[in-house]
Amino acid sequence: MDSRTNIGCVRGLGSAKHGGEHWLKQRLTAIGNILLTTWFAASLLLIPSFDQAALAQWLAQPLVAVPMILMIANIFAHARLGLQVLIEDYVHDDGLKFAAMTLLNFYVIASAVFGIFVVAKLAFTGAPA
Amino acid sequence: MAKNPNRPLSPHLQVYRWSPQMAISIFHRATGFVLATAGMMTLLWWLSAIGGGAESYATFQTYVVSAGADGTGFQVASNWFFRLVALAVTFSFFQHLASGLRHLVLDIGAGYELKSNRLWASVAFIAAIFATALVALIVASRFLGVL
Repeated sequence: MDSRTNIGCVRGLGSAKHGGEHWLKQRLTAIGNILLTTWFAASLLLIPSFDQAALAQWLAQPLVAVPMILMIANIFAHARLGLQVLIEDYVHDDGLKFAAMTLLNFYVIASAVFGIFVVAKLAFTGAPA
Repeated sequence: MAKNPNRPLSPHLQVYRWSPQMAISIFHRATGFVLATAGMMTLLWWLSAIGGGAESYATFQTYVVSAGADGTGFQVASNWFFRLVALAVTFSFFQHLASGLRHLVLDIGAGYELKSNRLWASVAFIAAIFATALVALIVASRFLGVL
């Protein structure tokens, strides 16, 4: 038993003001994704040629490489938040949930770093022969 | 933590009557999963094939786009597999975009009236299907020489 009042028992055990963080991040990355994928879709429609040399030249430009890097980072950030909710909702076993969450973090971070590295390398060192 | 299997579960998909309003929710999740996995893996393969040079891009084209007339059975099967993936990813993109926009509207507190909620859920599905068909037509005529 606890001699404290009801409010005293729960005070300080709250969300630490972070309750809305996941929700807000999901919306902000969603808005970012609308802008960045619209740019990407428009670019795909406007690319004159889909051969490797032309694509490499296209991707190496700063005005393409930067939004592409932003898009990769933003999409994987958004995917992490969304898939996290899927795991929380559908994986009920604690051990499996922990494993799935770890796997998800490995997947999104490794994929995002790989994608960003590919684009940055092309932008910094130029198109390969 | 001890598990009691007799604890009540929240109602799941199979107990609901299908309606646009509930279907759009599960489709939002399913399409998000497709985009995060198949969509992003294909995008990363494409980007790294561009960065890898002419030879690695040719490999990407052989397996994903078209193996050409002298492609092996496996390569042709792979082409068809990736055409299905492309169709699924394209639909997922537009579906996730449409239902995501709907979510942003719901987030400001609008669109909860039964009729308008049902209407916009249906609109999101129809818009996604139309946009997917449009993209499929453009790709088929411009890149695959089908039309």
